[in-house]
Amino acid sequence: MMHIKHEAEERHVLTVTVDNEAGILAKIAGLFTARGYNIDSLTVADITENHSVSRITIVTHGPPSQIDQIHAQLERLVPVHKVVDLTEVGPYVQRELALVKVAGVGEKRVEALRIADVFRAKPVDTTTGSFIFELTGAPDKIDTFVTLMRELGLVEVGRTGIVAMIRGAEEA
Amino acid sequence: MTRRDDCRVGSVSLESAWPAEMLVSGADPPMEAGFLKRPFGGRAPEYEEECVVSEERSGANILVESLVRQGVEFVFGYPGGAVLPIYDALFGDERLRHILVRHEAGAAHAAEGYARSTGKPGVVLVTSGPGATNAVTGIADAFLDSIPLVVITGQVPTALIGSDAFQEADTVGISRHCTKHNYLVKDPADLAATIDEAFQIATTGRPGPVLIDIPKDVQIATAPWTDAPAQRRNRYSPPTLGGADEIAQAIDMIASAKAPVLYTGGGIINSGLRATQLLRELQEKTGAPVTSTLMGLGAFPADHADWLGMLGMHGTYEANLAMNQADLIVCLGARFDDRVTGRLDAFAPNSKKIHVDIDRSSINKTVQVDLPIVGDCASVIEQILEGWGSRKPQDLSAWKARIDGWREKKSLSFPLSKEAIMPQLAIQRLFELTRDKDPVISTEVGQHQMWAAQHFHFFGPNKWLTSGGLGTMGYGLPAAIGAQCGNPDSLVIDIAGDASIQMNIQEMGTATQYRLPVKVFILNNEWMGMVRQWQELTYESRYSNSYSDSLPDFVKLAEAYGWKGIRIENESQLDAGIKAMIEHDGPVIVDCLVAKESNCFPMIPSGASHTEMILYGDTVAGTMDDEAKALV
Repeated sequence: MMHIKHEAEERHVLTVTVDNEAGILAKIAGLFTARGYNIDSLTVADITENHSVSRITIVTHGPPSQIDQIHAQLERLVPVHKVVDLTEVGPYVQRELALVKVAGVGEKRVEALRIADVFRAKPVDTTTGSFIFELTGAPDKIDTFVTLMRELGLVEVGRTGIVAMIRGAEEA
Repeated sequence: MTRRDDCRVGSVSLESAWPAEMLVSGADPPMEAGFLKRPFGGRAPEYEEECVVSEERSGANILVESLVRQGVEFVFGYPGGAVLPIYDALFGDERLRHILVRHEAGAAHAAEGYARSTGKPGVVLVTSGPGATNAVTGIADAFLDSIPLVVITGQVPTALIGSDAFQEADTVGISRHCTKHNYLVKDPADLAATIDEAFQIATTGRPGPVLIDIPKDVQIATAPWTDAPAQRRNRYSPPTLGGADEIAQAIDMIASAKAPVLYTGGGIINSGLRATQLLRELQEKTGAPVTSTLMGLGAFPADHADWLGMLGMHGTYEANLAMNQADLIVCLGARFDDRVTGRLDAFAPNSKKIHVDIDRSSINKTVQVDLPIVGDCASVIEQILEGWGSRKPQDLSAWKARIDGWREKKSLSFPLSKEAIMPQLAIQRLFELTRDKDPVISTEVGQHQMWAAQHFHFFGPNKWLTSGGLGTMGYGLPAAIGAQCGNPDSLVIDIAGDASIQMNIQEMGTATQYRLPVKVFILNNEWMGMVRQWQELTYESRYSNSYSDSLPDFVKLAEAYGWKGIRIENESQLDAGIKAMIEHDGPVIVDCLVAKESNCFPMIPSGASHTEMILYGDTVAGTMDDEAKALV
C-alpha cells in the first residue's frame, strides 16, 4: 500500500517584473502548471509609460523549499527582470478589489447597506431590488464581507486578486 | 500539397549540384548554374567589405545572413511548405551547409551531437506542424542536458495563425516548457535582433535550446538590412563569478575537509576546455578524489589515480561509497539528479555540501546544500585556485586508503562466458582498439549506454555524447552524424542497442548521402535490455513487451543503405570485426551478438541508498514494495 504524502505549506506573495511581450503570461502560468506549483491569485498590468514592462503579483502556497524553487524558476525565464518574495522581504501592503452583487428587499436590503457602510463598500450600481458594492481591502476583509452578504442575498462576486507592495520608502 | 512533395525539387537539385564527397571534406561545393542571378542567394566575398548600406531584404534572407553572421557552418533540417522561402534563400548559398535528415527528430539530435562535440551551438531548420512536433523530442532532450541549440521552425502565415490551417501547430505553446526561450516573430524587421539574441541565450549561462517560429509571410516580406550588428536589448546577463565571501568559505571548507569528493557534471563540459583544465588543477591542489555524472564523463581523465569512475545508479562502488562517507561534497556543474542521489533522505548523510551552478534553480532543488555558489564552473574554480594560495590540504591518506578498500570490490567486474560475448567485454575491446584514435562516442539509451559509460573511458571533454536527462532512445545515430559533421577527421562511433537503434534508423540515409563515415556498434541481445532488467528486479521477471521480436538483419540493412555490415557472432571474431569497422572508409554497422541475459551492474535499485548497491547481479530476481515501484 502506498499513499501520497503532503508537506506543510506556506502562503507567499511574489511580485514579478517582466518584459511586456507576447506569451509571457502563458510562460509564467504554464511554469506553475508544468512544475506542479499552485496559483491562488495572479494579477498583471503594464506599469510603464511605454507599456514595455509589466508587474505581476502572484499569490501561491507550498512547502518552503518549493517557494524557493518558484522564485528561482521564475528568475530563470529570460523576460523576467526581477522577482521579489514580499512575504520573505518584510512587511507589505496588499489590496484587492471586489464587486459584490446583492439582491433583496425590505430589512435585508437595509442591513446590506448598513454593513456596506461599515466596510466602506461603495454602491456602484443600484436597482430597487439589488446593489453592486465596490470594496477594496486585504483579502480577509473581502472574505468577511462576502460571508456577511451571503445571508442577505448574495448573487455573485468578482475579485481582482491582490496587488501588493513593500512598506517604507525603498523599492523592493 | 503535401509537405514531402513540395520540397523535393529544391533539395534534390541542391544535392546533385554538390558532390557528396565534398560536403564534409572542407572543399567548397561549386556554384551551381543560375546562382549569380539570384537576388540575395549568396554574395561574392569582395562585396562583403564594410558596407553598412541599408537595403530591403526578405525575412528568409535576413535569417540566412544572420546565421552566417553568427558563424553557423551546418544547418540540420528538413524542408516543408512553411519553410520554402527559407530553403529558397539557402539554395546555392555555399556559406551554410544544409544537412538533410530523414526525420525532424534526427535533425534536432544531430544538432545536439554537433553542439556537444564542438562546443558550438547546433542549428535546426524544420517546417510548421509535424516538422516542429517531430523536433520536440530533441528540443526537450537538449533542454534537460543543457545543449545549446537554435531551432528555426516555419509557421503558417500570420493571418492564418489560430485558424487550424494546414500543418498548423502552436509551436511556441508546445515548446514553451522545453526551451530556454522561444519567439514567434511577426515582423521581418525584428528577425535580425531576435536571431542574435537567440544565439546569445542558447550559448550563455546554462546553455539550452532556443526556438524561433517564423510565419511564412514574415519570411517573404521585406525589412531593411544592414551589415552592422542588430540593435538588441541586453537583457540576458547570467552571473559568472561567485561571490567573494562564498569563495573564501569554500576554500576554508575544502582545506579543512578530511574526506572530500569532487562531484562533477555536464556543467564542466559546458563551461569549456578551460574548466576541464582548471578542474585538474583544483584536484592537484586539493588531492580530492573525483567522480562524475553521466553527462560529465571526460571532464576528468579516466586514467588518473584519483578518478573514482561514474557515480549514481550504475556508478562504481567506490564512487557511491565515497559520496556516502564523504565529509565534504563539492558539486561542480551537476544537479543532484535522482539517478545520482538514490534515496534522498539517505544521500551523503554526514557531509557538508558546496554546490557550484550557473543556474540558481538547480541549487536546493532536491538536495539542500550548505554553501551555494551561483556562477560559471571555470570562473568559480579559478577564483578558488586564486584564493587557495599556498595552503596545504588535510592529510587524505586515511580517506584514500578507505577508497582503495572499496576499489577492491572491483564492482565493474563481470562473469565471462564461453558461449556468448559478454557485452561488457565487447565495450572493453572497442575501447582498447580505438583508444589511440581518441574517438567521439555517442550512445542510445539503455543497458548498452550504461555499459559504455562504465567500460569505455574518456580523457577529455566533448568526446562523449549521450542522452542523460531525457533518456531518449534514438539519440545516438543522429548525434553521431552531427558530431561527424563537426569533426570530419574523427572516428565517431554510436554504441547502440538492438531496440534503440531502430528508433531513428532512417538517419542511415543521411550518413550515406553526405558520405559520413559514422560507425554504429550494436550490442544485440534481442531485448530492450534495461526494461527487461527492471522487470526482472521489480516485477518477478514478467517480461511484458520487452522482447525485441522481428529484428531486421542489420547486415543486410547496412548494405541496403550502401553501408558496410559486419556481424560478430563469437569472441574470436570480436577484435577482427572491430578492426574491420575502424578500417572501413565509410559508414559501418556492426551487429555484435552478445549474451542475451546479461544485466547491468552494479546498480542502486530505485528507492535505495548508495550503501544498498547490488553488485555483480548476485540477487537479481524479485519484487519491490509499492513505494519503490512508484519511483522512476
